Amino acid sequence: MVLEVLFALIKIVIVWGTVSLLVAYMTYFERKLIGHMQVRLGPMRVGPHGLLQPIADGLKLFLKEDIIPREADKAVFILAPLFALIPAFVVYSVIPISSGFVIANLNIGLLFVVGVSSLGIFGIVMAGWASGSKYSMLGGFRSAAQMISYEIFLGFALVGPLMLAGSLNMLDIVEAQKETWFIVYQPLAFVLFFIAGLAETNRIPFDLPEAETELVAGFHTEYSGMKFAFFFLAEYANMMVVCSIAAVVFFGGYLGPGAPGAHWFILKVFIGMFFMMWLRATLPRLRYDQLMGLGWKLMFPLALANIFLTGLLMYLV
Amino acid sequence: MVPGEYYLALAGLVFVIGGIGVLTRRNVIMILMSIELMLNAVNLTFIAFAKMHGNMMGQMFVIFVITVAAVEAAVGLALIISLNRRKATLNVDEINILKW
Amino acid sequence: MEWPFFIIFGLGMLISSLLVITRRNVVHAALYLLLTLFCAAALYVMLEAEFLAAIQVLIYAGAIMMLYVFVIMLINVRESMAERQWQRQKVAAGVIGALLAAEFFVILIKGIWVPSAKTAEAAKAALNAYGGNTEAFGVTLYTEFLFPFEVVSLLLLAAMIGAIVIAKREI
Repeated sequence: MVLEVLFALIKIVIVWGTVSLLVAYMTYFERKLIGHMQVRLGPMRVGPHGLLQPIADGLKLFLKEDIIPREADKAVFILAPLFALIPAFVVYSVIPISSGFVIANLNIGLLFVVGVSSLGIFGIVMAGWASGSKYSMLGGFRSAAQMISYEIFLGFALVGPLMLAGSLNMLDIVEAQKETWFIVYQPLAFVLFFIAGLAETNRIPFDLPEAETELVAGFHTEYSGMKFAFFFLAEYANMMVVCSIAAVVFFGGYLGPGAPGAHWFILKVFIGMFFMMWLRATLPRLRYDQLMGLGWKLMFPLALANIFLTGLLMYLV
Repeated sequence: MVPGEYYLALAGLVFVIGGIGVLTRRNVIMILMSIELMLNAVNLTFIAFAKMHGNMMGQMFVIFVITVAAVEAAVGLALIISLNRRKATLNVDEINILKW
Repeated sequence: MEWPFFIIFGLGMLISSLLVITRRNVVHAALYLLLTLFCAAALYVMLEAEFLAAIQVLIYAGAIMMLYVFVIMLINVRESMAERQWQRQKVAAGVIGALLAAEFFVILIKGIWVPSAKTAEAAKAALNAYGGNTEAFGVTLYTEFLFPFEVVSLLLLAAMIGAIVIAKREI
């Protein structure tokens, strides 16, 4: 009993430390990648080829002065970044990194993931409101409305593979992909899931609420120092969560040609992140009404059609 | 093993707290939130009974109660928004045009 | 092993519900209500209804509370209203609350009828044959409770249309 708790704690520390480090280095990876795609070099000065850049950034944000605006609601202002960051880490407790390494093998794993992700929106709404300025509030509302809508499409896109796997347990979903990955059976669901995941994490092409040319900086206008670092990290942590869920549900998690192992999972997550950053370097951003129109008028009917077709084909075949 | 009666006692207390909230607060949104507290206490009671009887009925009721709570919250808040446009107040005592 | 968790989450639920009804700032009260919903979800897990716990977090804490928070922030209830609570009403509320709590405790102490352990175990085994809470839930919802399910979906449709029409500026 105590041994189990101890093992769980060790696993938690490993996963938490690894994810934090990876999230910090994802910022560096993205700047390098986008730089090279735009025929420039990216960070080069701090350390060899700029490898110490995240550490320098982290140190700078840590040592910056922590300003709280006078009109701000202090308690909610300080709580909001935590609400944005913590759900991303909590979701990692149900993701199977390899067949033996999952912190909590919940029977309702996938539902837990969707439910906890919906809590990240609270951080944004509270940040927008607690800043006490009109720009932040409007940016927070826009961002929250976008995230809530695309949360629904995310859930619907996941119902297709769920029907194929027949269980909400993440390990069962991975094991059900032993012969063929679900991407072969559910390509539409994957495309919908990926687009919804991009919108969920406020990435380009859906990052109007936090673009610098719109509403100053959206909901994190008034944030500086460590709290801003939390929002920044929360975005990258959420990106990694979306890629991890896609890897587990559509691409067979830790399975791969050859021996199944954690290396396949990490490879898939990195490929997903690379693709997301590639999209950032390439696409322009959508206007807000185009964004919502795309979601509700195109993606929602497609998601419903996908569920219907999956059910029909499962019944006939 | 926690006997089911403790869950029922806890649910009863939360229900009473919600009831006191409905009766004493003057802000419309606070009243709605106290009603949500009462609905949560009822959900807890249903699930405790479902476990004590080994029956699934309790849990079925809970899903319908959650759905109806969502419906009531949506319509209630829409009414509050519409009301706020007319009178710019959220105090229940001041919304009394229909009073004799 | 269950007792520490029950005490933590039970006390958490009680204290946060007390804080919900006593806060002056409506946003703080909404956040404490969120905490109450979380503690309730934890208690559902302890009562072996994990699917309902996930549904509670997803719908109640995720969607309904988001709706409340949105409306509070839209109507901009920032100025903490100086609430004039009538002294008479506070006392009346306290008396009614105490009476209700006393009634609950009398019923609990007298004893609640539960089926004998054997029938309870048999019913539980019949449910576990489905393979877990989610599966049992799904089967029961779509066989025994199909009609209420359809009625509730119509109710949701009506509520959606109603809320949009009521809150619109001009129809």
